[in-house]
Amino acid sequence: MIEISHVDKWYGAFQALKDCTTSVAKGEVVVVCGPSGSGKSTLIKCVNALEPFQNGQIVVDGIKLNDPKTDLPKLRARVGMVFQHFELFPHLKIIENLCLAQEKVLGRSHAEAVAKGSKLLDRVGLKDHARKYPAELSGGQQQRVAIARALAMDPIAMLFDEPTSALDPEMISEVLDVMVDLAREGMTMMVVTHEMGFASKVAHRVIFMDQGEIVEDALKTDFFGSPRSDRAQKFLSKILSH
Amino acid sequence: MFASFDFDVIRRSFGYLFLDGMTFTLTLTGLAALGGLIFGTLIALMRLSGFKLLGRIAGLYVDLMRSLPLVLVIFWFYFLVPYIGQWVTGSSRPIQVGAFTSSLVTFIMFEAAYFSEIMRAGIQSISKGQPAAAQALGLTYRQTMRYVVLPQAFRNMLPVLLTQTIVLFQDTSLVYVLSIPDFLGAASKVAQRDGRLVEMYLFAAAVYFIISCLASFGVRRLQARIAFVH
Repeated sequence: MIEISHVDKWYGAFQALKDCTTSVAKGEVVVVCGPSGSGKSTLIKCVNALEPFQNGQIVVDGIKLNDPKTDLPKLRARVGMVFQHFELFPHLKIIENLCLAQEKVLGRSHAEAVAKGSKLLDRVGLKDHARKYPAELSGGQQQRVAIARALAMDPIAMLFDEPTSALDPEMISEVLDVMVDLAREGMTMMVVTHEMGFASKVAHRVIFMDQGEIVEDALKTDFFGSPRSDRAQKFLSKILSH
Repeated sequence: MFASFDFDVIRRSFGYLFLDGMTFTLTLTGLAALGGLIFGTLIALMRLSGFKLLGRIAGLYVDLMRSLPLVLVIFWFYFLVPYIGQWVTGSSRPIQVGAFTSSLVTFIMFEAAYFSEIMRAGIQSISKGQPAAAQALGLTYRQTMRYVVLPQAFRNMLPVLLTQTIVLFQDTSLVYVLSIPDFLGAASKVAQRDGRLVEMYLFAAAVYFIISCLASFGVRRLQARIAFVH
């Protein structure tokens, strides 16, 4: 589904990604972790071309990202993305947030879009908030709306960029619950997160990054059981020690 | 000191002052603000487009307009537009342009420079995550601007845009140099006809003062409401 091969990315002189190669199969849940500044968010943003990269290739569902003929908006419409800071559109009501891209990108009728949006709001437990504005919702609720908004596009895969990092602790589980359900339904997911509980529950594979490199790319059991690299061991002992 | 004043001149010329003069002033203000906002937004988008040449041209335009006195631009335009029209359409003689059209074009062009700076600040005040989220949903650059960025920029900047429009309302009185009967022009005509200069100019000042003050008060209330919603 997602093939990342030998990707290099520079911000000016700083190399953010170094020869990154990995893949995500259909229905697979891959968790990307690592210390801050390790390039994990950058990598996931490269997957739907929100960040350009200089070398290498990323292929999503058979479509090459750095082919100039690729219609990037069309590709992005098929890959859902959830951001750390939710990024709901504050000037639109919740239901309008869910309908905008359905209507303008997929060309669905307003009635169709509202029906789909309402169904998804119901699914994330926020049916009663459809007519509110984002600022009237809590962080956890906003993030669930953001997930519903991405799902409304019927994505072939979902990317999560630290979806719980900006949330108060008591709101993290309501968002993770939605993500766990999604994973169990067989959604292809690439998740940047520090939530190792989530990783051990639903991930198939764990990728560990440090200083722009993929240091470890292992099955979940192998990663948590016996990480091969020192850096991954250190990272794990730090975040699991509390 | 008011003993020798004849304030009845105001009552006698009321219809002319307001139905003709003020109507013209408000029409010019409204249309110039609308046109200035549209062109100003386009200029702001050019400056932020990332295309160096487009940005340079837009920047030059803004700097030029902001470095010239408005009266001079009004004058120049009034005399130049017929010839520019002739050049553009290729006709054999200068195009006849009315004073209203000429002044409207001038104000739109002039205000576009100021509104573009306001809209540019408004667009830059939107966090980068917003366009990123819109693009991640598959919206094109155009759709992202139209449905996500510009509505928010406009809303955040509405108080500043309206304050600039109040300044514009006062500036429209400069069309007086083209002998157009806007509100001030009308007051001035009556003043000279009836020899009541002090009364009429006092009255005109009072009217501008009251309208501008009320409008500013309205903007402040709106600002408080916007701050509350956020």
